[in-house]
Formats: sequence, C-alpha cells, structure tokens
Amino acid sequence: MDAHVGEPSRSSEIGINPGKRRRLVQPVGGYGATDSVEGTSHIPNAEIRDGGSSRRNPDAPDGVLRTNEQEQYDEEEEGLKYGAQHVIKLFAPVSLCMLVVVATINSVNFYNTKDVYLLYTPFHEQSPDTGTKIWNALANSLILMVVIVLMTILLIVLYKKRCYKVIHGWLILSSFMLLFFFSYLYLEELLRAYNIPMDYFTALLIMWNFGVAGMISIHWHGPLRLQQAYLIFVAALMALVFIKYLPEWTTWVVLAVISIWDLIAVLSPRGPLRILVETAQERNEQIFPALIYSSTIMYSYMGTHHPDLLSNRNEASETGTSHQNVGEGTPLVRYIENRDAFDVCQLFALKTLSVEKERIYLPLAHGMSLIADSRKLFNISIIFLDNAAGFTEEWTTTNGPRSERRQVEVQANSTGNQNRPAQYRTVTTQSQPVQNYEPEPEERGIKLGLGDFIFYSVLVGKASSYGDWNTTIACFVAILIGLCLTLLLLAICRKALPALPISIFFGLMFCFATNAIAKPFTEKLAAEQAFI
Amino acid sequence: MTLPEFFGCTFLAFGPPLAMFIFTIAHDPIRIIILIAAAFVWLLSLLLSSLMWFAIVPLRDFTAFGLVFSVIFQESFRFLIYKILRKTEKGLQEVANSPQIIANKHILAYVSGLGFGIISGLFALMNILADAAGPATFGLKIGSPTFLLTSSTQTLLMILLHTFWSVIFFDSVDNSKHAKTAYVVVSHLFVSVMTLLNTSEMYTLTIGSSVVVTIITGIMAFITAGGSFVTFKRFATCK
Repeated sequence: MDAHVGEPSRSSEIGINPGKRRRLVQPVGGYGATDSVEGTSHIPNAEIRDGGSSRRNPDAPDGVLRTNEQEQYDEEEEGLKYGAQHVIKLFAPVSLCMLVVVATINSVNFYNTKDVYLLYTPFHEQSPDTGTKIWNALANSLILMVVIVLMTILLIVLYKKRCYKVIHGWLILSSFMLLFFFSYLYLEELLRAYNIPMDYFTALLIMWNFGVAGMISIHWHGPLRLQQAYLIFVAALMALVFIKYLPEWTTWVVLAVISIWDLIAVLSPRGPLRILVETAQERNEQIFPALIYSSTIMYSYMGTHHPDLLSNRNEASETGTSHQNVGEGTPLVRYIENRDAFDVCQLFALKTLSVEKERIYLPLAHGMSLIADSRKLFNISIIFLDNAAGFTEEWTTTNGPRSERRQVEVQANSTGNQNRPAQYRTVTTQSQPVQNYEPEPEERGIKLGLGDFIFYSVLVGKASSYGDWNTTIACFVAILIGLCLTLLLLAICRKALPALPISIFFGLMFCFATNAIAKPFTEKLAAEQAFI
Repeated sequence: MTLPEFFGCTFLAFGPPLAMFIFTIAHDPIRIIILIAAAFVWLLSLLLSSLMWFAIVPLRDFTAFGLVFSVIFQESFRFLIYKILRKTEKGLQEVANSPQIIANKHILAYVSGLGFGIISGLFALMNILADAAGPATFGLKIGSPTFLLTSSTQTLLMILLHTFWSVIFFDSVDNSKHAKTAYVVVSHLFVSVMTLLNTSEMYTLTIGSSVVVTIITGIMAFITAGGSFVTFKRFATCK
C-alpha cells in the first residue's frame, strides 16, 4: 500500500497557457499526463497547434510586423474569447471525475470505511480527544508534505540532469500500478458492492484489456476521447485511494496544506515548479505533463512566446541581425522572430530540408547554412507558423501535414533513438494527420493537471462521504467558481498561477459552512416541505 | 416503490429544467458559466440566511422567520447578480461568441434565473431523493404518502418561478418599473409562505396557489420578454 503515495507526484501537472498569445497548446494531449513518453508523442501537440493557428488566421491581420501593443490587445481579446470555451472544456472533465468519485463513494462502501492507512500517515486519529486529533492530522499532513516536497526536488534534479528515462520509467510504473492493481481493487469492490459474481478468468481478462489499452493510450497513441477517459479514471482512482487511506482530518489538512504548497511552488521566485517549468521552456520541451507531482500548477506553456524571446526579438531588430550560423536555439529563434521571418518561412516551405543525425542544415539564399540542433527546429516551425499570415491559404493548409512530417523525422532523430526501426517513422507520419486533424475545437484544448482533478475530487468525495448531498453540491459549485476565477486571473495577470488554492479554499469554506450552518436549515425546510 | 418513485420524482422535478438547460444553455459556454455563477450567488444567499437563522437561537424553531428572511436575501442577491451582470456586460461581449447574448438582455436574465432555480431545486430535493432511492419507502406508517410527489412538484414550480422572476426582475430594474419589482418580491414571499401550510398537509391549497402564481408569472415573463398572443400563435402553429 505504500507505493501509491508516490502517485500524486506523477499525476499533477498542469499547463494552461496564458503565454504571450494564450494560444492553446495542447490539443491532442488532452488534459495533462498525456505525452509523458519521449519522442514522437510530443509531436502531435505542436502539430496541432500549428494547424490550428494557421487555419485560424489565414486572413487575419496577424502580420509579422505588427506593433507590440496591437498584438497584445488582440491577444488579450483572443484569449478572452476562447477563454469561455476553455473553461467549459475544463468543467466537463472535472465534473466527470468528481461524478465518478462521488458515485463510487455513495455506492461502494469500501471507500468509506477506514481500516488501513498509508505508511506516510502514522497517526491514526483514533483518540476521541479533539486536541489529539488535530495534532495527529497536522503531523500526518506534515509528513506527507515533506514527502511531496522531497519528491518534487528529486524530480527537478532528475530533470535538470536530463534523466528522462528515469522520469519516464517512474511515470510508466505509477500509471501501471494504477491501471492494473488499483483498477482491479476497484473492480473487485464494485462487484462486491453490487453482489455480482464473476470468475477470476473473466476478471483478469477484463483487467488485462483495460490496463493495456490504458497504458497504450496514455503513454503512446490512442483516440483522444479514450485517452481523456483513462486520465479521468486514473485521477478518480487516485482520489478514491486518498479518501480511503487518509485519516479523516488529515485529508482536510492535506487539502489545505497542498494548496499552500502549490502557491509557494509556483509563485515564489525559486519555487520548484517554477524552476521546472522555466527549465522546460529553456529547453523548449514540453513540461512532462504527467510528472510534475507537486501539484498542479496552472503554468503557461509559453513555448516560443515567453518574455525572453520577446526581448530577443527587439534586440534582434535593433541590431539588424540577419542570417547567422546558429548553434543554439535562441539565436535562430531570434532570427526567425525577426522581421525576415517571411523569408525563412519560404525557405522552409520551398526548399527541402536535410536532416542528418542531430544537425539540420537549412540552405539559405546567400549560400549560408543555418545549423541548428534538431530539437530546436521543432520550435522554429511553431514560430513561423504563428507568423504565417502572409502565405496563401493553400500553403497554410498543406503546411500542417508537411511540417508535421518534418517534425516527426526531426524528432525521431533528436531523440537519439537509433534502434528505432525506420518503419516506425513512416507509420507515425502517415497515421498522425488523420488522428490529429479531427475535431476543430479540440485543437485549442487546455491542459489541466491530473493533480487538480485528484484534489478537487478528493474534496468533493470527502464532502459526499458525510452523506449530505447539499454539501456535495455546494462544494462542487464552489470549486467550479474557483476554477473560473483562477482562469480569469490567469487572463488578467498573464503569469503562472497555481490552480488549487482558490478552488480548494472556496471548496473547503463552502463545505464546512454548508455542513455546519446550511444543512440544519435546509433539512428543517425539507422536512416541513417549506420552499424558499 | 423505491426506485420507480425515485426516477419519477427526479424527472418530475428536474426533467423540464434539464431540457431547458440542454436546449438553451448547454451550447454556449458563457451561458454555462453565468448559470454556475448564479448558482454560486444563490448559495451565498442561502448561507447568509441560514447564518441568520442559526445565529438567532430563540427563533430557530419558527420556520417562518428563517423563510421570510431567506426570501429577502434571495431577492437582494438577485439584485446583486443583476448588478454584476450589467457591470460586466462589456467584458461579456468580448468573451461571448455570439453578440446575441448582449443584444437580447433577457438571455442573461433567463440564464441567471435558471441558475437560481436549479440550485434551489437541488438543495430542496436532493437529500429527499437520495433517501427515496431506497431501501425504505416514505409514508407507509407515518407521514403523507404523497410527500415525495408534492415535494418534487413544488420544486419544479420553484425552479420555473425563479426563471420567470429573474426575467421580470431584470427587466423591471432596467426600466425602473417598481411595481413589477415589487410583484416579484411579493409573489416569492407569497409562494414561500404558502408552502408553510404543507406541514398540515394542505397540498391542494399550496400547490394550487403555486401553480396559479407560476402561470401568471410565466405569462408576465413571456410578455416582458417581448412575447404576445400573436407570437405565441405563430410559435404554436410553427410558422
């Protein structure tokens, strides 16, 4: 039973992007922990964003030459405009996750009874004395938080040292645990609660199929809906585990403490999550969505749009930097962000690109070559597609698949996975466009970490475990409003914000207030059939 | 009689609101958000009124006291959400995908009214429904056997009434027609106070009066929103 405490770590990353452009980043990826596997799984995300943006503004006045102010204004408006949709896109899965948890809590008694506790919570609050209980809860949550903080730091160290394999192994192992062992436990208790007999062979067959499909769709490819469903289920399962194995008051204290930790980790200048995200930006990589354990941050996946780049661009235009031999990502980016972007785009579009090993040779008009780490090329294409307004529509539409193919190739090289069969590449290339270009709205999805799902669901599930539906509904509404406010703040501040504190604060407040004050009142009204 | 009764009562109370939600709210994200915001505001009003009821200990046994104050709080919070929505109208315009939501002022009123109604309906009925699902049945040995039925009917009426009230209220405040504002408050008080008679099982009287008020208020809301007999006829004959 100890292993699952590590879970939250795996589970919670978030990224909503208030980035410069509030462009939504992670369409296919769904809500988070999706592309934790290296290499190709990152590609679809970038891709779609390209497709989305290029399709969206072929005729928009999004020139490369626009003034900053104007851009900012438009971005703001655009951000707001799509904001409402994004909020709903978060509401639906969050509500679904809570629904699963609440339904389970109310129908399966197993998750409501306390018998076994986590290893990390040695004090079991069994004394009838309130003072002792509070002391126990505080001590438990302190221990749990120390574990969480240590895990976060370990993660950052691993990430800084580029131990991707270790991190991915960690993620895969933990989702394996959830998808097989805890799902089996869940199935068993579900069958027991409804008194349904089932033989072991059938149960194992179901579990095998369920688990393997889940592993594939979470860590590799899968239909978007399936992937989302699995992620929601995994989050719900984790929330149930917390509800089951944490002592009563510890759960509440942990909820409060983890939101505070979230606040610190994201907002303080040396906060671990912040460091992690900034490192990811520096390296122009996806933050491992599945992995940031600490807790959910709503951090921008700013990608190419973070402030440094912006200043770079200004510098570049001042100095008139043009073609240069590029060894590192930034100068190339600078070049592209420069007003010559148009030329580069044409080069990309018209000339073939040779990819050799980790280097990319990009022929330039003046007989020079741009050499870039292939990893960085990934970003270039994003940039130039963002600025691709000047192209004909035809070009822009065909552009998506093309750049995608290129990126697949590039990525295949850059991951350095030499033993990956060549055939693999082609397969991915062909299959992806079909998969990625399906529904329009999906292209601009938002990422919300599974950690958010988990702790929101823990709160609502815990509230519902007292058997009062009014408290549950109040919690639910309060959390959604908190989420709304967080997103609104995100649009206003345009900086990284933690997703937990506002929602959890509202949720806790409404939970206790409803339970203590409103419950007797509404019960009295209901009993007397008086309607207010 | 547990599960069938549960489903029957659930759909009696929440079927029409669910249909209204699906056909008029669900397609527009901004409406969903406003609905939830309205629900939140109603929650605040409930908390305040129950705090009041809770704090004044000697009057705790008189439901009428808490009920009257609750109505007053709800109506003032209706005014509050009116103010909020009108203040943020400009922002909404930017956020909304369709200009319709601002062009037709009644949409905001309708959505927030439905939000009020749904959350109050949920609070009134959810616990009863949860108990109704089993294993016990209400009203076999004690209490009225129609308890569940009357409760869910009244809940449906309250949800519809809240929607109508908001439409009338927003419009009346917009055009400063104080009589209509007063009608909303008074009819809310009337319906709520009438439900106090439910304890003595005078269901015909309470539900009958609520139905009458609902119909009158519905017609008023319909006219307020620009409807007339001609438009109704056109609607009914699908022209």
